[in-house]
Amino acid sequence: MSSAPAVATPPAPGAPLTKKALVADHPTWCPGCGDFAVLASFYRVLEKLNYPHEKIVTFAGIGCSSRFPYFVNTHGGHFIHGRALPFAAGISLGNDDLHVFVFGGDGDGFSIGGNHLVHTARKNVNLTYVIMDNSVYGLTKKQTSPTSPIGFKSKTDPWGAFDQPINPMRTLLNSGATFVARSHATQVNHMTEMMLRAAKHPGFSVVEILSECVEFFEGAFDAAVPRKGGAFTLIDEKKNDGSPEDAARHDPADEVAAFKLAGQAWPGAFGVFYENKSRKTKNALEAEVSVKAREKTKGAADLALLQSTFSRLR
Amino acid sequence: MVSPNSPETPGGAAPASARSINDVVIRLAGNSQDGIQSIGGFLARLAGRSDQDVMTYMTIPSTISGGPSIFQVRMGTGDILSAGDRADMLVAFYQHSYEAHIGSLRPGGVLIYDSDHVKPNAEDNRFTNVAAPITTGTVEAVGGTSKDKGKNIYVLGLLARIFDLEVPKLAALIKERFGGKNEDIVRNAMLAFDAGYAWPQNNLRDLFYRFEAVDQNGLAAAPSTRPQVTLDGNTALAYGLIAGGVRHGAGYPITPWSSIMEILRSELPKYGGMFLQCEDEIAAVSTALGFSYTGQLAITGSAGPGLSLKMEALGWATMAEMPIIVVNVQRGGPSTGMPTNVEQSDLMQAIYGSHGDTPRVVLAPKNVEDCFYIAIEAARIARAYSTPVIILSDQGLSSRIEAFDEPDLPNLMVDPKPDLSERPADFKPYPLNAVTQHAPAGSRVASGKYPVVTGLEHDELGHPTGSPKLHAQMNAKRREKFKGLAASLPAPELTGDSAGEVLLVTWGSNWGPAREALARIRHAGIKAGHLHVRHVHPLPNGLEETFARFHKVVVAELNDEGLYGFGQFAMMLRARYAMPHIVSVTKTDGLTFKVSEIVAGVAQHIESTALEATVGTARSSALARS
Repeated sequence: MSSAPAVATPPAPGAPLTKKALVADHPTWCPGCGDFAVLASFYRVLEKLNYPHEKIVTFAGIGCSSRFPYFVNTHGGHFIHGRALPFAAGISLGNDDLHVFVFGGDGDGFSIGGNHLVHTARKNVNLTYVIMDNSVYGLTKKQTSPTSPIGFKSKTDPWGAFDQPINPMRTLLNSGATFVARSHATQVNHMTEMMLRAAKHPGFSVVEILSECVEFFEGAFDAAVPRKGGAFTLIDEKKNDGSPEDAARHDPADEVAAFKLAGQAWPGAFGVFYENKSRKTKNALEAEVSVKAREKTKGAADLALLQSTFSRLR
Repeated sequence: MVSPNSPETPGGAAPASARSINDVVIRLAGNSQDGIQSIGGFLARLAGRSDQDVMTYMTIPSTISGGPSIFQVRMGTGDILSAGDRADMLVAFYQHSYEAHIGSLRPGGVLIYDSDHVKPNAEDNRFTNVAAPITTGTVEAVGGTSKDKGKNIYVLGLLARIFDLEVPKLAALIKERFGGKNEDIVRNAMLAFDAGYAWPQNNLRDLFYRFEAVDQNGLAAAPSTRPQVTLDGNTALAYGLIAGGVRHGAGYPITPWSSIMEILRSELPKYGGMFLQCEDEIAAVSTALGFSYTGQLAITGSAGPGLSLKMEALGWATMAEMPIIVVNVQRGGPSTGMPTNVEQSDLMQAIYGSHGDTPRVVLAPKNVEDCFYIAIEAARIARAYSTPVIILSDQGLSSRIEAFDEPDLPNLMVDPKPDLSERPADFKPYPLNAVTQHAPAGSRVASGKYPVVTGLEHDELGHPTGSPKLHAQMNAKRREKFKGLAASLPAPELTGDSAGEVLLVTWGSNWGPAREALARIRHAGIKAGHLHVRHVHPLPNGLEETFARFHKVVVAELNDEGLYGFGQFAMMLRARYAMPHIVSVTKTDGLTFKVSEIVAGVAQHIESTALEATVGTARSSALARS
């Protein structure tokens, strides 16, 4: 990766955050990669959110999509394979003022980092995770991934994959993620909306974006691309307008309904499967522990606290 | 001291027949539910309060409850630097305790056994045998439904009488310990204590002792004017981290590290920080690095197996130059090994573990007190050099209780506040001509250009690069900062002769036994010194000059001699200095060094009949037979 760094314009204090200020290195992805569209959508999301520039963090593990932080001019990090989530949890919990976005692929999220996904979800750490799922290992040139469909011929399954693939929506719901959505890299407006809602959700929010690898798994998600004869079926979300047709609509607060949606036949539906706004975040719960502890010690200064501990050890 | 419903405790004055001692090793053996360790804890804390320097050595069986448990406490009025080689007194609660531990009692020593459970070998007349009704005495004293609970406190009372310990202070400690529970428990404990205290008066004629200060020929440290505190190594480490300005951390439970994370989990919120229990070791190191990335130096820790799991992330931390403290409380390895035993076999892993060229800092505390100070030093180095720092403690230090001078906290406390000030427009995360200091997430950069911290080889701005030239330059940058650190380090502590026949070299918790061994070696007329290294990697500069002044350099460490006949530190010193007179004394029996083992090891390497004669000689202070 040798492209010259793009020149960022120093923003005037208080000026709105623009794409111009957010563009960094030119992406290294192959021409036609679905990830370009995700990146373009993410710039739009950040423009709309207009957070203070220095408070945005873009973070990733390893994989093609995990190059993301180099292409976004924010505080960022490129960590080791599969461990971006626990690192990002440290960022989010270490400084609650920050807006933390983690990007990664299906290998990072569901295979080597699968355990971290489960635990970050159950702890409801306040951060947004965008999984760019291409159902193949692309960076290492076509091995089977945890979401590769049965029958997919890869270099590690030349006769066709036969292990049951992960169902990302079910996995996320089951782990206790409080915002679970699904989108498609060919649907820029939908992607933008999903990422925007995920960012605004207090807690662990995940958007899985089907993002085609044109090099190693061409046409993987055509079944959801209308111009290729597929169907991009949107989840019809409840509007709570009291109308009779509203009763049949999907209530994102309904976990059972979300599981049902997640069980639909390929390519399934797109949109917000589940959103739980009532569960406290890990950030809030840990802060409560600290507030209670400091009430008990009457907010004593650090030195006085440690001194009193040593006095007890005399 | 008067407890309700019990006769007043007999007067505390020792009988005229009480003999003066300055050093005693008492081993208590029972089952883990008997509260054996709490006896040791009380004695250690009492000694700490009584200005008697104290050292204890404790083992805990892997089982949670049941099974044999021992606690060995050495108390003395001089410098107590090691656990003591053999016991002067054994208190055996059960037949199996007697059988397993009678071999550790010095001939001429005192055996106190529970006459309700133990039948000692009648033909064994090497010891003074004392049959004490520990179980029935406790049951009679406490009564009710408590069965034999409180036997430990009964024995504590017994020992308090025999050694003329400060009863009011012990009573205060017992009340402190049980005060949080209901009053019956405090009352029962005091009844058991009184009963134990009363028993020797009418049943022991001449087994009374009194501690007396003894001139140690200038070897004893000057008495301190500061108050003494009494704690174990893990606790000292945890509070040292707090003093060093560490407010965040993450971990995963593993013996013998867990108590550090337990303490920090409860303590850090009081200081506005937090400690997280993670799903695994890798998540723990990753989360800690995430904390550090926000400008708040964080700590993770484990034992050897967990350190192995953290290695990939530590490789990243070297490449990304992210500060972090990693505590490794070493135990017997490899693999699950001996989880409740001591070993120093993670040195190579600490220094060279991980992939690629990953220079990093490794420190090792020499005793419990040093666990506190080494944590502050680790925090200082991690910040100043933006680097991972590994602290190698060990199982022995983790649970051992020692008394030491209360730290001068006002002069030690480090401000934990992250530096989120705006960075200038020419800010570079990885400057080639300076030590990296990151702009934590949340800090503005005047250029509007924000850095990426990365595990890919990178240029000065953090952009990935495949340039061979830059890789070489960045490797040099990551290496050279440690040369700067090495040059800044103080010369290690050198005791005894500054030139001569033999130089003992130690790292970590072998400091104490080696110091005592040095005294014995010099007493045998041999010119000898002891060099103790706290900064294990990078080494302070100039050690080769010290090594050159001695005929033999004997490195004593608790690990295997390896394929080539040298322990891990000795191997490193030989590789660094290419001096063939650096030799090794090692062992892996899961226990700390006995002084005699180090002396014997040195004797093997030098030709001295005088030293050979001292090997195996018991300490002169002892509980003489009547």
